[in-house]
Amino acid sequence: MKLMTCPINGTRPISEFAYWGEIRPVPDADTCSDAQWADYVFNRNGAPGVKKEWWCHTPSNTWFIAERDTEKDKVLRTWLHGDDK
Amino acid sequence: MPWRLLRFGLSKSHPEPRMFTTHDKLKPSYDVVIIGGGGHGLASAYYLARDHGITNVAVLEKGYIGGGNTGRNTTIIRSNYLTPEGVKFYDRSVQLWQDLSEEFDLNLFYSTRGHFTLAHTDSALRTMRWRAEVNKHYGIASEVVGPEEVKRATPQMDLSCGGHAPIMGALYHAPGAVARHDAVAWGYGRGADMRGVEIHQQTAVTGIELRAGKVVGVHTTRGFIATNKVICAVAGFTPRITDMVGIRTPIYVHPLQAMVSEPMKPWLDSILVSGSLHIYVSQSARGELVMGASLDPYEVQSTRSTLDFPEGLSAHLLDMFPFLSHVKVVRQWAGMADMTPDFAPIMGKTAIDGFYLDAGWGTWGFKATPVCGKTMAWTVANDCPHELITGFSLDRFRNYSLTGEKGAASVGH
Repeated sequence: MKLMTCPINGTRPISEFAYWGEIRPVPDADTCSDAQWADYVFNRNGAPGVKKEWWCHTPSNTWFIAERDTEKDKVLRTWLHGDDK
Repeated sequence: MPWRLLRFGLSKSHPEPRMFTTHDKLKPSYDVVIIGGGGHGLASAYYLARDHGITNVAVLEKGYIGGGNTGRNTTIIRSNYLTPEGVKFYDRSVQLWQDLSEEFDLNLFYSTRGHFTLAHTDSALRTMRWRAEVNKHYGIASEVVGPEEVKRATPQMDLSCGGHAPIMGALYHAPGAVARHDAVAWGYGRGADMRGVEIHQQTAVTGIELRAGKVVGVHTTRGFIATNKVICAVAGFTPRITDMVGIRTPIYVHPLQAMVSEPMKPWLDSILVSGSLHIYVSQSARGELVMGASLDPYEVQSTRSTLDFPEGLSAHLLDMFPFLSHVKVVRQWAGMADMTPDFAPIMGKTAIDGFYLDAGWGTWGFKATPVCGKTMAWTVANDCPHELITGFSLDRFRNYSLTGEKGAASVGH
Protein backbone atom coordinates (compact mmCIF):
# COMPACT_ATOMS: atom_id res chain seq x y z
CA MET A 1 0.00 0.00 0.00
CA LYS A 2 1.29 3.42 -0.96
CA LEU A 3 1.46 5.79 1.98
CA MET A 4 1.33 9.56 2.34
CA THR A 5 1.92 11.56 5.50
CA CYS A 6 -0.65 14.22 6.31
CA PRO A 7 0.94 16.93 8.49
CA ILE A 8 -2.13 16.87 10.77
CA ASN A 9 -3.37 13.26 10.69
CA GLY A 10 -0.16 11.33 10.16
CA THR A 11 0.62 8.51 7.75
CA ARG A 12 -2.38 7.16 5.83
CA PRO A 13 -3.05 5.10 2.68
CA ILE A 14 -2.66 7.28 -0.39
CA SER A 15 -6.23 6.46 -1.42
CA GLU A 16 -7.32 8.92 1.31
CA PHE A 17 -5.60 11.76 -0.54
CA ALA A 18 -6.37 13.80 -3.62
CA TYR A 19 -3.66 15.21 -5.87
CA TRP A 20 -4.07 18.81 -7.01
CA GLY A 21 -1.03 19.37 -9.15
CA GLU A 22 2.25 21.21 -8.99
CA ILE A 23 2.36 24.54 -7.15
CA ARG A 24 2.60 27.23 -9.81
CA PRO A 25 2.87 31.01 -9.44
CA VAL A 26 -0.25 32.82 -10.63
CA PRO A 27 0.47 35.77 -12.92
CA ASP A 28 -1.26 39.05 -12.13
CA ALA A 29 -4.42 38.86 -14.24
CA ASP A 30 -4.63 42.65 -14.54
CA THR A 31 -1.17 43.19 -15.96
CA CYS A 32 -0.17 39.99 -17.74
CA SER A 33 -0.64 39.46 -21.49
CA ASP A 34 -3.10 36.94 -23.00
CA ALA A 35 -0.16 34.73 -23.92
CA GLN A 36 1.16 34.73 -20.33
CA TRP A 37 -2.30 33.92 -19.03
CA ALA A 38 -2.70 31.08 -21.58
CA ASP A 39 0.67 29.73 -20.49
CA TYR A 40 -0.52 29.72 -16.88
CA VAL A 41 -3.93 28.18 -17.68
CA PHE A 42 -2.78 25.40 -20.00
CA ASN A 43 0.94 24.68 -19.87
CA ARG A 44 2.49 22.33 -17.35
CA ASN A 45 5.90 21.11 -16.33
CA GLY A 46 5.40 17.51 -17.52
CA ALA A 47 8.99 16.34 -17.16
CA PRO A 48 9.93 14.22 -14.15
CA GLY A 49 11.65 15.79 -11.16
CA VAL A 50 11.30 16.65 -7.50
CA LYS A 51 8.18 18.82 -7.43
CA LYS A 52 6.20 20.69 -4.80
CA GLU A 53 2.55 19.72 -5.13
CA TRP A 54 -0.81 20.45 -3.55
CA TRP A 55 -2.40 17.44 -1.87
CA CYS A 56 -5.54 17.15 0.21
CA HIS A 57 -6.36 14.61 2.91
CA THR A 58 -9.99 14.23 1.83
CA PRO A 59 -11.63 12.84 5.03
CA SER A 60 -10.40 15.85 7.04
CA ASN A 61 -10.10 18.31 4.13
CA THR A 62 -6.53 19.11 5.15
CA TRP A 63 -4.66 20.87 2.38
CA PHE A 64 -0.90 20.64 2.44
CA ILE A 65 2.22 20.62 0.31
CA ALA A 66 4.15 17.49 -0.59
CA GLU A 67 7.60 17.39 -2.09
CA ARG A 68 7.69 14.34 -4.32
CA ASP A 69 9.99 12.70 -6.84
CA THR A 70 7.54 12.16 -9.70
CA GLU A 71 9.70 9.59 -11.50
CA LYS A 72 10.34 7.34 -8.51
CA ASP A 73 6.94 8.19 -6.98
CA LYS A 74 8.63 8.84 -3.66
CA VAL A 75 7.26 11.40 -1.19
CA LEU A 76 10.21 13.26 0.34
CA ARG A 77 8.41 15.48 2.86
CA THR A 78 5.06 17.13 3.55
CA TRP A 79 4.12 20.32 5.37
CA LEU A 80 1.29 22.78 5.82
CA HIS A 81 1.26 25.91 3.68
CA GLY A 82 3.08 28.63 5.61
CA ASP A 83 5.24 26.20 7.62
CA ASP A 84 8.07 26.32 5.06
CA LYS A 85 9.05 29.91 5.80
CA MET B 1 -5.03 -12.84 -46.94
CA PRO B 2 -1.35 -12.96 -45.96
CA TRP B 3 0.45 -15.76 -47.82
CA ARG B 4 3.61 -15.48 -45.79
CA LEU B 5 2.80 -18.38 -43.47
CA LEU B 6 2.06 -20.75 -46.37
CA ARG B 7 5.28 -19.75 -48.16
CA PHE B 8 7.19 -20.18 -44.90
CA GLY B 9 5.76 -23.67 -44.46
CA LEU B 10 6.84 -24.73 -47.96
CA SER B 11 10.22 -23.02 -47.81
CA LYS B 12 13.43 -25.00 -47.41
CA SER B 13 15.45 -22.27 -45.72
CA HIS B 14 14.63 -21.68 -42.07
CA PRO B 15 14.50 -19.57 -40.07
CA GLU B 16 13.28 -16.60 -42.04
CA PRO B 17 15.30 -13.38 -41.91
CA ARG B 18 14.94 -10.99 -39.02
CA MET B 19 12.35 -8.22 -39.22
CA PHE B 20 14.86 -5.35 -39.33
CA THR B 21 18.43 -4.75 -40.38
CA THR B 22 20.74 -3.91 -37.48
CA HIS B 23 22.99 -1.01 -38.36
CA ASP B 24 26.36 -0.88 -36.59
CA LYS B 25 26.80 2.86 -36.89
CA LEU B 26 24.71 5.98 -37.19
CA LYS B 27 25.28 7.99 -40.35
CA PRO B 28 26.65 11.53 -39.84
CA SER B 29 23.42 13.03 -41.21
CA TYR B 30 19.87 12.16 -42.15
CA ASP B 31 17.10 14.08 -43.94
CA VAL B 32 14.68 13.25 -41.13
CA VAL B 33 15.28 11.89 -37.63
CA ILE B 34 12.32 10.33 -35.85
CA ILE B 35 12.58 10.08 -32.08
CA GLY B 36 10.60 7.09 -30.85
CA GLY B 37 10.35 3.64 -32.42
CA GLY B 38 6.74 3.01 -31.51
CA GLY B 39 3.87 2.60 -33.93
CA HIS B 40 3.55 6.33 -34.61
CA GLY B 41 7.25 6.91 -35.29
CA LEU B 42 7.63 3.82 -37.46
CA ALA B 43 4.44 4.58 -39.39
CA SER B 44 5.74 8.11 -40.04
CA ALA B 45 8.99 6.60 -41.35
CA TYR B 46 7.07 4.11 -43.48
CA TYR B 47 4.89 6.73 -45.18
CA LEU B 48 7.81 9.16 -45.60
CA ALA B 49 9.60 6.43 -47.56
CA ARG B 50 6.60 4.95 -49.38
CA ASP B 51 4.54 8.04 -50.23
CA HIS B 52 7.13 10.80 -50.36
CA GLY B 53 10.33 9.05 -51.44
CA ILE B 54 12.19 10.33 -48.35
CA THR B 55 14.28 7.31 -47.34
CA ASN B 56 17.34 8.88 -45.68
CA VAL B 57 15.56 8.59 -42.35
CA ALA B 58 16.66 7.32 -38.94
CA VAL B 59 14.24 6.10 -36.28
CA LEU B 60 15.89 6.36 -32.85
CA GLU B 61 14.47 4.18 -30.10
CA LYS B 62 15.91 4.24 -26.59
CA GLY B 63 14.47 0.81 -25.72
CA TYR B 64 13.16 -1.69 -28.22
CA ILE B 65 10.64 -1.42 -31.06
CA GLY B 66 7.05 -1.22 -29.88
CA GLY B 67 8.07 -1.55 -26.21
CA GLY B 68 6.36 1.65 -25.14
CA ASN B 69 2.70 2.50 -25.36
CA THR B 70 2.37 0.65 -28.69
CA GLY B 71 2.75 -2.59 -26.76
CA ARG B 72 0.96 -1.40 -23.61
CA ASN B 73 -2.46 -0.30 -24.86
CA THR B 74 -5.65 -2.37 -24.95
CA THR B 75 -5.67 -2.41 -28.80
CA ILE B 76 -9.12 -0.90 -29.35
CA ILE B 77 -9.72 0.73 -32.74
CA ARG B 78 -12.77 2.96 -33.33
CA SER B 79 -13.80 6.29 -34.82
CA ASN B 80 -16.92 7.31 -32.85
CA TYR B 81 -15.44 10.50 -31.44
CA LEU B 82 -17.17 13.75 -30.53
CA THR B 83 -15.61 16.62 -32.49
CA PRO B 84 -15.74 16.88 -36.31
CA GLU B 85 -11.91 17.09 -36.32
CA GLY B 86 -11.62 13.90 -34.30
CA VAL B 87 -14.28 11.98 -36.19
CA LYS B 88 -12.78 12.73 -39.62
CA PHE B 89 -9.28 11.93 -38.41
CA TYR B 90 -10.06 8.61 -36.69
CA ASP B 91 -12.37 7.55 -39.55
CA ARG B 92 -9.44 7.89 -41.96
CA SER B 93 -7.43 5.74 -39.56
CA VAL B 94 -10.08 3.00 -39.46
CA GLN B 95 -10.07 2.99 -43.28
CA LEU B 96 -6.28 2.64 -43.37
CA TRP B 97 -6.39 -0.23 -40.84
CA GLN B 98 -8.46 -2.37 -43.23
CA ASP B 99 -5.60 -2.97 -45.70
CA LEU B 100 -2.62 -3.11 -43.36
CA SER B 101 -2.26 -6.91 -42.96
CA GLU B 102 -2.25 -7.28 -46.73
CA GLU B 103 0.12 -4.35 -47.22
CA PHE B 104 2.61 -5.67 -44.65
CA ASP B 105 2.10 -9.34 -45.55
CA LEU B 106 1.86 -9.81 -41.80
CA ASN B 107 -1.24 -10.91 -39.92
CA LEU B 108 -2.23 -8.13 -37.53
CA PHE B 109 -5.21 -10.17 -36.25
CA TYR B 110 -7.39 -7.18 -37.09
CA SER B 111 -10.77 -8.26 -35.84
CA THR B 112 -13.95 -6.18 -36.23
CA ARG B 113 -16.06 -6.86 -33.14
CA GLY B 114 -18.56 -4.05 -32.64
CA HIS B 115 -18.04 -1.59 -29.81
CA PHE B 116 -20.55 -0.72 -27.08
CA THR B 117 -20.07 2.35 -24.91
CA LEU B 118 -22.48 1.67 -22.05
CA ALA B 119 -24.61 4.43 -20.55
CA HIS B 120 -25.65 4.05 -16.91
CA THR B 121 -27.04 7.58 -16.47
CA ASP B 122 -29.22 10.06 -18.35
CA SER B 123 -26.29 12.40 -18.85
CA ALA B 124 -24.16 9.61 -20.33
CA LEU B 125 -27.00 8.72 -22.69
CA ARG B 126 -27.22 12.37 -23.73
CA THR B 127 -23.50 12.40 -24.67
CA MET B 128 -24.03 9.13 -26.60
CA ARG B 129 -26.83 10.73 -28.64
CA TRP B 130 -24.64 13.73 -29.34
CA ARG B 131 -21.78 11.50 -30.45
CA ALA B 132 -24.09 9.36 -32.60
CA GLU B 133 -25.40 12.44 -34.43
CA VAL B 134 -21.92 13.85 -35.07
CA ASN B 135 -20.75 10.40 -36.20
CA LYS B 136 -23.70 9.86 -38.56
CA HIS B 137 -23.20 13.30 -40.06
CA TYR B 138 -19.73 12.17 -41.14
CA GLY B 139 -21.00 8.81 -42.44
CA ILE B 140 -19.77 6.68 -39.55
CA ALA B 141 -21.78 3.67 -38.36
CA SER B 142 -22.80 4.78 -34.89
CA GLU B 143 -26.16 4.58 -33.14
CA VAL B 144 -27.75 4.64 -29.72
CA VAL B 145 -29.21 1.25 -28.79
CA GLY B 146 -31.29 0.06 -25.85
CA PRO B 147 -30.37 -2.39 -23.08
CA GLU B 148 -32.03 -5.26 -24.97
CA GLU B 149 -29.48 -4.94 -27.79
CA VAL B 150 -26.64 -4.99 -25.28
CA LYS B 151 -28.16 -8.13 -23.77
CA ARG B 152 -28.46 -9.76 -27.21
CA ALA B 153 -24.78 -9.12 -27.97
CA THR B 154 -23.59 -10.10 -24.49
CA PRO B 155 -26.11 -12.42 -22.82
CA GLN B 156 -23.69 -13.09 -19.92
CA MET B 157 -23.92 -9.52 -18.67
CA ASP B 158 -25.79 -8.48 -15.54
CA LEU B 159 -27.61 -5.47 -17.02
CA SER B 160 -28.21 -4.03 -13.55
CA CYS B 161 -24.41 -4.12 -12.90
CA GLY B 162 -24.83 -5.40 -9.38
CA GLY B 163 -27.96 -3.32 -8.90
CA HIS B 164 -26.20 0.03 -8.54
CA ALA B 165 -25.49 1.06 -12.13
CA PRO B 166 -28.24 -0.31 -14.40
CA ILE B 167 -27.53 -0.01 -18.12
CA MET B 168 -29.91 2.46 -19.79
CA GLY B 169 -28.54 2.12 -23.28
CA ALA B 170 -25.33 2.23 -25.26
CA LEU B 171 -23.58 3.87 -28.16
CA TYR B 172 -23.02 1.06 -30.66
CA HIS B 173 -20.22 1.38 -33.19
CA ALA B 174 -20.15 -1.61 -35.55
CA PRO B 175 -16.64 -0.96 -37.00
CA GLY B 176 -15.04 -1.13 -33.53
CA ALA B 177 -12.09 -3.53 -33.74
CA VAL B 178 -9.05 -4.93 -31.97
CA ALA B 179 -5.64 -5.82 -33.40
CA ARG B 180 -2.35 -7.34 -32.33
CA HIS B 181 -0.55 -4.21 -31.27
CA ASP B 182 3.13 -5.17 -31.35
CA ALA B 183 2.72 -6.57 -34.88
CA VAL B 184 1.69 -3.09 -36.00
CA ALA B 185 5.09 -1.72 -34.97
CA TRP B 186 6.87 -4.66 -36.60
CA GLY B 187 4.87 -4.32 -39.82
CA TYR B 188 5.58 -0.61 -40.16
CA GLY B 189 9.18 -1.14 -39.08
CA ARG B 190 9.85 -3.87 -41.62
CA GLY B 191 8.13 -1.87 -44.38
CA ALA B 192 10.24 1.19 -43.56
CA ASP B 193 13.42 -0.89 -43.25
CA MET B 194 12.81 -2.49 -46.67
CA ARG B 195 12.55 0.99 -48.19
CA GLY B 196 15.87 2.17 -46.75
CA VAL B 197 14.90 3.68 -43.39
CA GLU B 198 17.38 2.90 -40.60
CA ILE B 199 15.96 1.74 -37.27
CA HIS B 200 18.36 2.21 -34.36
CA GLN B 201 17.27 0.56 -31.13
CA GLN B 202 19.04 1.19 -27.79
CA THR B 203 19.74 4.75 -28.97
CA ALA B 204 18.52 7.50 -26.68
CA VAL B 205 18.37 11.18 -27.61
CA THR B 206 20.25 13.32 -25.10
CA GLY B 207 19.88 16.74 -26.72
CA ILE B 208 18.70 18.63 -29.76
CA GLU B 209 20.97 21.20 -31.37
CA LEU B 210 19.31 24.43 -32.49
CA ARG B 211 20.71 27.35 -34.46
CA ALA B 212 18.67 30.56 -34.90
CA GLY B 213 15.44 28.77 -34.01
CA LYS B 214 16.09 25.89 -36.40
CA VAL B 215 16.93 22.25 -35.77
CA VAL B 216 20.45 21.41 -36.96
CA GLY B 217 21.11 18.10 -35.25
CA VAL B 218 20.44 15.55 -32.55
CA HIS B 219 22.77 14.35 -29.80
CA THR B 220 22.40 10.67 -28.97
CA THR B 221 24.03 8.13 -26.70
CA ARG B 222 25.84 6.91 -29.83
CA GLY B 223 27.02 10.27 -31.14
CA PHE B 224 25.83 13.38 -32.96
CA ILE B 225 23.63 13.33 -36.07
CA ALA B 226 23.14 16.35 -38.32
CA THR B 227 19.55 16.84 -39.48
CA ASN B 228 17.13 19.67 -40.20
CA LYS B 229 13.95 17.78 -39.42
CA VAL B 230 13.00 15.94 -36.25
CA ILE B 231 9.71 14.22 -35.49
CA CYS B 232 9.10 13.68 -31.79
CA ALA B 233 6.77 10.68 -31.27
CA VAL B 234 7.59 9.56 -27.74
CA ALA B 235 4.26 9.60 -25.85
CA GLY B 236 4.96 9.87 -22.11
CA PHE B 237 8.53 11.04 -22.72
CA THR B 238 7.35 14.10 -24.68
CA PRO B 239 7.99 16.72 -21.96
CA ARG B 240 11.60 15.53 -21.62
CA ILE B 241 12.16 16.07 -25.36
CA THR B 242 10.26 19.39 -25.61
CA ASP B 243 12.33 20.67 -22.67
CA MET B 244 15.43 20.07 -24.84
CA VAL B 245 14.17 22.61 -27.39
CA GLY B 246 12.52 24.93 -24.86
CA ILE B 247 8.93 24.44 -25.98
CA ARG B 248 6.20 24.70 -23.32
CA THR B 249 3.27 22.28 -23.69
CA PRO B 250 0.19 21.47 -21.65
CA ILE B 251 1.17 17.79 -21.49
CA TYR B 252 1.00 16.08 -18.11
CA VAL B 253 1.90 12.46 -17.57
CA HIS B 254 -0.09 9.95 -15.56
CA PRO B 255 0.27 6.17 -15.73
CA LEU B 256 -2.49 4.20 -17.41
CA GLN B 257 -2.65 0.62 -16.27
CA ALA B 258 -4.06 -2.48 -17.94
CA MET B 259 -4.27 -6.19 -17.23
CA VAL B 260 -5.24 -9.50 -18.80
CA SER B 261 -7.01 -12.56 -17.45
CA GLU B 262 -6.07 -16.15 -18.02
CA PRO B 263 -7.23 -17.41 -21.44
CA MET B 264 -10.77 -18.69 -21.83
CA LYS B 265 -12.82 -20.17 -24.65
CA PRO B 266 -14.26 -17.34 -26.75
CA TRP B 267 -17.40 -15.92 -25.16
CA LEU B 268 -17.11 -12.14 -25.50
CA ASP B 269 -17.51 -10.98 -29.11
CA SER B 270 -18.01 -7.29 -28.51
CA ILE B 271 -15.76 -4.61 -27.09
CA LEU B 272 -17.40 -3.12 -24.01
CA VAL B 273 -16.67 0.25 -22.47
CA SER B 274 -18.26 1.79 -19.41
CA GLY B 275 -17.38 5.31 -18.36
CA SER B 276 -19.32 5.04 -15.11
CA LEU B 277 -17.69 1.77 -14.05
CA HIS B 278 -14.28 2.89 -15.39
CA ILE B 279 -13.73 -0.20 -17.47
CA TYR B 280 -13.08 -1.36 -20.97
CA VAL B 281 -12.84 -5.01 -21.88
CA SER B 282 -12.49 -7.22 -24.92
CA GLN B 283 -11.39 -10.80 -25.52
CA SER B 284 -8.19 -11.25 -27.47
CA ALA B 285 -7.48 -13.84 -30.16
CA ARG B 286 -5.64 -15.79 -27.43
CA GLY B 287 -8.77 -15.88 -25.28
CA GLU B 288 -7.52 -13.51 -22.60
CA LEU B 289 -9.75 -10.71 -21.40
CA VAL B 290 -7.87 -7.49 -22.05
CA MET B 291 -8.97 -4.87 -19.54
CA GLY B 292 -8.25 -1.25 -18.85
CA ALA B 293 -9.60 1.46 -16.60
CA SER B 294 -9.05 5.14 -15.95
CA LEU B 295 -5.77 6.96 -15.42
CA ASP B 296 -3.87 6.70 -12.17
CA PRO B 297 -4.95 9.61 -9.95
CA TYR B 298 -1.66 11.48 -9.82
CA GLU B 299 1.41 12.32 -11.90
CA VAL B 300 4.11 9.65 -12.20
CA GLN B 301 6.65 9.40 -15.04
CA SER B 302 7.35 5.68 -14.81
CA THR B 303 5.64 2.41 -15.68
CA ARG B 304 5.21 1.05 -12.18
CA SER B 305 1.91 -0.69 -11.48
CA THR B 306 -0.17 -0.88 -8.31
CA LEU B 307 -2.37 -3.39 -6.48
CA ASP B 308 -5.19 -0.83 -6.19
CA PHE B 309 -5.66 -1.09 -9.93
CA PRO B 310 -6.52 -4.79 -10.35
CA GLU B 311 -8.60 -4.64 -7.15
CA GLY B 312 -10.74 -1.76 -8.39
CA LEU B 313 -11.01 -2.99 -11.94
CA SER B 314 -11.91 -6.55 -10.90
CA ALA B 315 -14.67 -5.27 -8.62
CA HIS B 316 -16.21 -3.34 -11.49
CA LEU B 317 -15.81 -6.22 -13.92
CA LEU B 318 -17.63 -8.51 -11.48
CA ASP B 319 -20.50 -6.02 -11.35
CA MET B 320 -20.92 -6.63 -15.08
CA PHE B 321 -19.99 -10.31 -15.22
CA PRO B 322 -20.40 -12.03 -11.82
CA PHE B 323 -19.57 -15.42 -13.38
CA LEU B 324 -15.93 -14.34 -13.77
CA SER B 325 -15.30 -14.48 -10.02
CA HIS B 326 -12.94 -17.47 -10.28
CA VAL B 327 -10.98 -16.20 -13.28
CA LYS B 328 -7.39 -15.26 -12.55
CA VAL B 329 -5.50 -12.14 -13.56
CA VAL B 330 -2.22 -13.20 -15.14
CA ARG B 331 -0.49 -9.94 -16.07
CA GLN B 332 -0.73 -6.25 -15.37
CA TRP B 333 1.36 -3.35 -16.60
CA ALA B 334 1.35 0.40 -17.10
CA GLY B 335 2.11 2.93 -19.80
CA MET B 336 2.86 6.63 -19.45
CA ALA B 337 -0.04 8.60 -20.89
CA ASP B 338 0.81 12.07 -22.22
CA MET B 339 -2.46 13.82 -21.43
CA THR B 340 -3.77 17.12 -22.83
CA PRO B 341 -6.41 19.40 -21.27
CA ASP B 342 -8.88 18.89 -24.14
CA PHE B 343 -8.20 15.17 -24.71
CA ALA B 344 -7.16 15.80 -28.32
CA PRO B 345 -3.60 15.21 -29.58
CA ILE B 346 -0.91 17.78 -30.38
CA MET B 347 0.35 17.32 -33.92
CA GLY B 348 2.29 19.19 -36.55
CA LYS B 349 4.70 22.10 -36.69
CA THR B 350 6.01 24.01 -33.69
CA ALA B 351 7.70 27.36 -33.04
CA ILE B 352 11.04 25.64 -33.71
CA ASP B 353 11.68 25.30 -37.44
CA GLY B 354 12.12 21.60 -38.25
CA PHE B 355 10.76 20.28 -34.94
CA TYR B 356 7.51 18.39 -35.49
CA LEU B 357 5.39 17.03 -32.67
CA ASP B 358 3.23 13.92 -32.65
CA ALA B 359 2.23 13.95 -29.00
CA GLY B 360 -0.57 14.33 -26.51
CA TRP B 361 -1.73 10.84 -27.36
CA GLY B 362 -2.73 10.17 -23.78
CA THR B 363 -5.01 7.15 -23.64
CA TRP B 364 -6.18 7.25 -27.27
CA GLY B 365 -3.14 6.83 -29.52
CA PHE B 366 -3.05 3.23 -30.75
CA LYS B 367 -6.09 3.45 -33.02
CA ALA B 368 -4.58 6.51 -34.70
CA THR B 369 -1.27 4.86 -35.61
CA PRO B 370 -1.85 4.62 -39.40
CA VAL B 371 -3.36 8.07 -39.85
CA CYS B 372 -0.68 9.65 -37.63
CA GLY B 373 2.03 8.13 -39.78
CA LYS B 374 0.29 9.25 -42.93
CA THR B 375 -0.40 12.84 -41.83
CA MET B 376 2.92 13.39 -40.03
CA ALA B 377 4.83 12.16 -43.12
CA TRP B 378 2.82 14.55 -45.30
CA THR B 379 3.36 17.40 -42.84
CA VAL B 380 7.12 16.87 -42.75
CA ALA B 381 7.48 16.34 -46.51
CA ASN B 382 5.52 19.53 -47.29
CA ASP B 383 6.49 21.51 -44.16
CA CYS B 384 2.81 22.36 -43.80
CA PRO B 385 0.20 20.73 -41.55
CA HIS B 386 -1.95 18.10 -43.27
CA GLU B 387 -5.59 19.22 -43.48
CA LEU B 388 -6.70 16.44 -41.11
CA ILE B 389 -4.49 17.71 -38.26
CA THR B 390 -4.99 21.48 -38.38
CA GLY B 391 -7.33 21.22 -35.37
CA PHE B 392 -4.57 19.55 -33.33
CA SER B 393 -1.81 22.18 -33.47
CA LEU B 394 0.06 23.23 -30.33
CA ASP B 395 -1.00 26.85 -31.05
CA ARG B 396 -4.56 26.11 -29.99
CA PHE B 397 -3.54 26.45 -26.35
CA ARG B 398 -2.12 29.91 -27.01
CA ASN B 399 -5.26 30.97 -28.84
CA TYR B 400 -7.79 29.49 -26.41
CA SER B 401 -9.27 27.42 -29.27
CA LEU B 402 -9.40 23.93 -27.84
CA THR B 403 -10.69 20.77 -29.54
CA GLY B 404 -12.87 19.34 -26.76
CA GLU B 405 -12.78 15.57 -27.07
CA LYS B 406 -13.25 14.71 -23.41
CA GLY B 407 -16.67 13.10 -23.82
CA ALA B 408 -15.36 10.50 -26.23
CA ALA B 409 -11.67 9.99 -25.57
CA SER B 410 -11.60 7.44 -22.81
CA VAL B 411 -13.23 6.42 -19.56
CA GLY B 412 -13.33 8.04 -16.17
CA HIS B 413 -12.13 11.51 -17.07
